[in-house]
Amino acid sequence: MVLKVFFPSCCSSAESGILIGRWIPEQNSAVILAVVHFPFIPVQVKHYLSEVQRVTKVSVSVLGSWSNSKQEKEESLSEFLEDLGTIFSHEPWIQISKEGDSKFWSCSTLQKHSNNPKMEEVILVYYDQRKVMLSHLHPPLDAATSTDHRAEDASKLSAIFDTVAKSKTLFMTDRYDDGPIKLTHWQSDGVEASILVELMKQASVPACMLLTFLLSLVSGVCRSRVLKFWPLSFLWSKLSTCEQLGHRLRHLQVISSNKKAQTQTQLMRKANIFVSLLIDVALGVLLMSWLYRKNRIGHLADTLIPVADHVAEELQDLLQWLMGAPAGLKMNRALDQVLGRFFLYHIHLWISYIHLMSPFIEMILWYVGLSACLGLTVALCILSDIIALLTFHIYCFYVYGARLYCLKIYGLSSLWRLFRGKKWNVLRQRVDSCSYDLDQLFIGTLLFTILLFLLPTTALYYLVFTLLRLLVVIVQGLIHLLVDLIDSLPLYSIILRLCRSYRLAAGVKFRVLEQQDGKPLRLLMQINPLSYGSVVRTYRLPTYSCYPKDSWTSLCKKLFLGELIYPWKHKGEKQD
Amino acid sequence: MEERRYRSASGAPIALRRRQHSASCRELAVRCPRLQLHSLSASTSAAWLAAYGLFVLTENSMVLSAAIFITLIGLIIYLHFVKIDQESLLVIGSLGIQVTSSYASGKESTTFIEMNQVKDVVINEAIHMQKVIYYLCILLQDPGDPQGVSEVVPLFQSSKPRLDCLIEVYKSCQEILEQRKTAPQSS
Repeated sequence: MVLKVFFPSCCSSAESGILIGRWIPEQNSAVILAVVHFPFIPVQVKHYLSEVQRVTKVSVSVLGSWSNSKQEKEESLSEFLEDLGTIFSHEPWIQISKEGDSKFWSCSTLQKHSNNPKMEEVILVYYDQRKVMLSHLHPPLDAATSTDHRAEDASKLSAIFDTVAKSKTLFMTDRYDDGPIKLTHWQSDGVEASILVELMKQASVPACMLLTFLLSLVSGVCRSRVLKFWPLSFLWSKLSTCEQLGHRLRHLQVISSNKKAQTQTQLMRKANIFVSLLIDVALGVLLMSWLYRKNRIGHLADTLIPVADHVAEELQDLLQWLMGAPAGLKMNRALDQVLGRFFLYHIHLWISYIHLMSPFIEMILWYVGLSACLGLTVALCILSDIIALLTFHIYCFYVYGARLYCLKIYGLSSLWRLFRGKKWNVLRQRVDSCSYDLDQLFIGTLLFTILLFLLPTTALYYLVFTLLRLLVVIVQGLIHLLVDLIDSLPLYSIILRLCRSYRLAAGVKFRVLEQQDGKPLRLLMQINPLSYGSVVRTYRLPTYSCYPKDSWTSLCKKLFLGELIYPWKHKGEKQD
Repeated sequence: MEERRYRSASGAPIALRRRQHSASCRELAVRCPRLQLHSLSASTSAAWLAAYGLFVLTENSMVLSAAIFITLIGLIIYLHFVKIDQESLLVIGSLGIQVTSSYASGKESTTFIEMNQVKDVVINEAIHMQKVIYYLCILLQDPGDPQGVSEVVPLFQSSKPRLDCLIEVYKSCQEILEQRKTAPQSS
């Protein structure tokens, strides 16, 4: 079988020594992690390797020898290196030698216990140690779901990535340490660290504790019995602002927990939540500064009442139009007048309430606008709630119209069955034939005709108010879509993919380097980053809203029958 | 390294280049027909003539600058995301198969499939519009079922070489894939 040697490109110019790394027998490949230089005492090397093995759980061992000679190949050195093979017994013993500045190295193996002395082919794969150590390999989504054959068929490449990632302690010793072992790896010129990162790590512990304490206070207040009485709890469940605030509170709790993230997904989730909150609050503060400059909020409050008045006037005109002969249709005069007057009185009440509240509107809006500093999503939710409150009369009209229409439709269908001599059997849930008395038939037919001729009027009112309600629902839906987008977008992952694309790996790619006959095949292994679509799909933050489960046909059916539609349900709400 | 000319399924001239890097490593690259100058100038002139016609109608010079902008953006998007210059296949026995597409703007999109996931490389027939065309594809192993195929990865989708070119590529791939069957399996 072909022997694959994964060699770190940082060790290409290292002095002669022995190679340490991990041997993966199933794939016949050797992952070289570092080069140990002369002079060394073999016993100390073995002791050091067993220490590393204990800490990292990676079976690190001496794999072979590396000779980097500036002059011609020395015979004594090659014999010395072969003798080393007997001290550190490893099967097969790999010997790599580089002459001068030549790019083409020779690589041979010594097999002591093999029966066939055939020279096997060697493939030399160079890899960037630091990038492979930091990167996280993402399996394709369908492979991630089937976990039965995980252990055997685990991606062969993930074994290599794991080996390098888990050997972090090996890379902690640099050449300025005074130990008995002198190593060369990617960090042997000095351990990398950043002062800012260390300072932030030190500062984060007390900050997290403070945040946890504050959050526990706030959630204690929210959960107190005072706020659970019936009118208030109903109000909280209907306002989307409270949902959003609760969602963000949960996010804050996730960030401020003291437990360190165990897996990569947890770490990315925490980072995504943190960046999302930061951007949200920054945009909210920007919005707030824009609103409060030049007293724009005062202007907004001043225009709110005239807008509400205008909407009410338009509705009144609409009702007058319906009470006349709308679109040339002939309505039943009496029913028309009754319904029209009822709705007009309703609007009159609504306008009076708005005018009652008008002196306080500016102050309420001013204080409510301050809550935009909690985030842009909160501001958008408040906007959606204000729209819902201002169009409450449209919602009421829709409910009245729908209930009236629904009653009419049920009455009509039941009396139609009577007209044909049938009845709905509730026990058997089917239509059965039934013999009615003459007076039952007479009254039933009379009622049927009355309802039938009153149908166009009710249907028209129902149609008009349903369309208005759907318009308001669409506007609110768009706002919620925007809020969801801001909530669920994994900004940290996207920025990471932009700036440090090697951290999120979809796979690897190989590039064939210059070849020379007789020398092993040289390949360069580079990291193939994840595409932006997969990044968003993998690291999306879960949100609390679920989109309507009704298909278009069931929605149309509900509209036709006059059943009330609730397009946006939140997760956790009881389903009707 | 050798290069031979063939024809694609639609009749355009393509070139197949074969390189043998070592006994178990081969690279096969198919170069697609390049962007033709006459089609580029025809589409640009058509777009600008339409914009000039609109300008004459509306007397708004924004139409002209918008047309220039749209043509430039469209050309950049076409070169970077649509026009494929070369599709290549790198077969490394015992490591895997790498499929690369290089776009006209220089962008390269690569997929590497490990050798233990590859079941076989075959030539399939497909009915495409009014033609029956042949295409080369990699069959991926189903981890649960040793006889099953979990996915079919079609190759050379943009250059669509004809059967004679595909047979050459198929033979080259099979020579390397057979090596893994004859090699002694390590437990």
